Amino acid sequence: MTTNTVFLTSYRLYVLAFFIFLAAPLVAAGVFAFNDSLFPALPWRGFTLDWFFSDTEPKLGMFHDRRLLRGLYYSFVIASFVSLLSVFVGTCNAFLFVRCNFPAKNFFYIMMVLPLVIPGVILGISILLLASTVANGVEETLALELDFLRPGIILVVLGQFSFITTITSLVIIARLRKFDESMEEAAFNLGASRPRVLRTITLPFLFPAMAAGGIVAFLVSFENFNTTLFLVGSEAPLTITMYDRMVKVGSTPVLNAVSFFLMIGSALLALISIFVQRDTPET
Amino acid sequence: MAGMVQKDIKRLSLYLLFAPFALWIALLIVLPHLGMFYISLREKVGPRVYEFGFENYTNFFLEPIYWNTLLRTGSMSLLVTALALVLGFPIAYYIAKIAGNRTRGALFLMCLIPLWVSDLIRAFGWILLLRETGVVSSSLQWAGMIDTPIEFLYNDAAVIMGLVYTVILFMIVPLVSTLDGMDKSMIEAGYNLGGNGPTVLRRIIIPYAMPGIVAGCIVVFMLTAGSYLTPILLGGKNSSWFTEQIYDQFITRYNWESGAAFGFLLLAFTSFVVWAGLKLSGQTLNSTVANN
Repeated sequence: MTTNTVFLTSYRLYVLAFFIFLAAPLVAAGVFAFNDSLFPALPWRGFTLDWFFSDTEPKLGMFHDRRLLRGLYYSFVIASFVSLLSVFVGTCNAFLFVRCNFPAKNFFYIMMVLPLVIPGVILGISILLLASTVANGVEETLALELDFLRPGIILVVLGQFSFITTITSLVIIARLRKFDESMEEAAFNLGASRPRVLRTITLPFLFPAMAAGGIVAFLVSFENFNTTLFLVGSEAPLTITMYDRMVKVGSTPVLNAVSFFLMIGSALLALISIFVQRDTPET
Repeated sequence: MAGMVQKDIKRLSLYLLFAPFALWIALLIVLPHLGMFYISLREKVGPRVYEFGFENYTNFFLEPIYWNTLLRTGSMSLLVTALALVLGFPIAYYIAKIAGNRTRGALFLMCLIPLWVSDLIRAFGWILLLRETGVVSSSLQWAGMIDTPIEFLYNDAAVIMGLVYTVILFMIVPLVSTLDGMDKSMIEAGYNLGGNGPTVLRRIIIPYAMPGIVAGCIVVFMLTAGSYLTPILLGGKNSSWFTEQIYDQFITRYNWESGAAFGFLLLAFTSFVVWAGLKLSGQTLNSTVANN
C-alpha cells in the first residue's frame, strides 16, 4: 500500500515538473517585457511598461516601433485571408468527404491529410520554385511580368493555406460527421428547398466548427515561420521581422513585449474558439 | 423524371465540391512537388543552359557533409521522437485515466498552450533561460553552485531539449484521445488476472494505445526533421540541421537545382522512415494520422 502511495506521489511530481517545463520558456519570454533594463536578463531592475509604450530610444516600445507594427499589420492581413480561404475550402471538403461518394475516396482523403506531414520548409520551396518557374517562363515568352507569382503576400497566403486547409477540413469534417441527417430529411419533407435547408439547418450546425477552424487557422498562420520564410517579399509578417531583429540586433526586451502581446492575443483567441465550440447544445 | 433531376443535382454538387479540393491539392501540393523533382534533375551547364541528369543527387552522395547532415538530422529526430514518447506517455495517461474529471480538461488545455505560441517565441524563451547571461546560469551563480557563467546553449543537448519541447504536444494529444477510449475495467481485469504494473502496461495499455502512439510518432518525427528555427536558434552555427542546408543552397548560394534535390531527398528520407515505422508497427496511415 505504501509503495503505491509513493508511486502515485512521484507520478504527480513528475506531472508537475512537466508542466513547469512547459511553462518555463513562455514565462521567461513574457516576464522580461516588464523588466526595467536594456537586456532581457536577470537581475530584476524593477517594473516598467516602457517596452510597450515608450516613444524614445533606447527603450523604444513596441507600439512605437514602426517595423514591428508593420509586421503585425501584415501578419494580420495574411492570417485573415488564410483563415477565410481555408475555412471555405475546408467546408467544401467536409461536404465532399462526408456526403459524397466517388471513386478512390480513400486515396483522396490521404491526399487531403498529406500537407500536414510535409515539412513546412519543403512546402515553401516547392511553391516558390513552381511560381518562379511559371513567372520566368511567362516573362520570357510573353514579356509579361506576373508580380503575384514573385515572393510576396500572395505567395505567403497560398503557402500557408496549402497546409492550414488540412487542419480546418479535419475540424469541420469531425463536426459534420456528428450531424443527424434525419434533421435535413424532416426539413425536406416539410417542403424546404435544398439551399434553404443548407442555410437554416446544416450551416448553423456547422458554424461552431467553422469558427473554431477559422481561429485555429488564424493562429497557425500568425505564428508560421518555416513556410513563410521562403515566400516572403518586402512585406514581412511579424515572425519574420522578429527573427530578423533577433539575428541582427540580438535579443532586446522589445521582443519580450511582442511575445507577451502575442501570447495574450492567442490565449484570448484560443479561449474564444473553445467557447464557440462548447456553446452549442450537445446532439 | 424527378429522380433524374435529383441525380443531376447530386452529380453537379459533387463536381462543385470537388473543384476547390482539386485546385488546392493539384496547384499547391502535387504540381509544386513535381516541379521540384523536375528542377532537381536539371544540371546547369552554362548560363541558362540546362541538361538532364542526376548530378545534383550524386553531388549529395559524394560530399560527406551533405549526407552526414541528413543522417544526423534523421537520427536526432528519431531520438527526439523516442524521448517525446517516453516523456509524453505518462502525461497522456495521467490526463486520460488518473486525473479527476475537473482537472482533466484543465490539464489538457495546459498541454495545448505552447501550441498557440509561435516557435520563435518558444525558442526565444529558451535562449533567455539557457544562454551564458541567462536565468539558469545567473540563478546557479547566485545560489553559489557555480563560480563563472555557463553557456547551456549551442550544443546538441539544447537542440534536442528544445525540439522535444516543441513537438511533445503532438505526441500527447493523439495519445490522450486513444487512451480516453480505453475502458478502465480492462486494466482492472489485467490486475485481477494476476498481472503487475509493468505487465499490464506492456500487455494491455500499450497495445491498446498503439494507433495513438504511431500517429504521434509520425507527426512528431516529420515535424522534427522538417523543423528549422529551433535547431538554428538553440544549436547555433554547429547545429547542422538538414533544413539549414536546404536554406543555404536556396538563399545563400542561389543554387535552386541542388536545393530542390536536397528538398526532395529530405522528403524521400522522412517518408521512408514513416513508411518503415508503419510497416513495423502493422498500422496504416488511415488508421492513425487520419483518425485525429
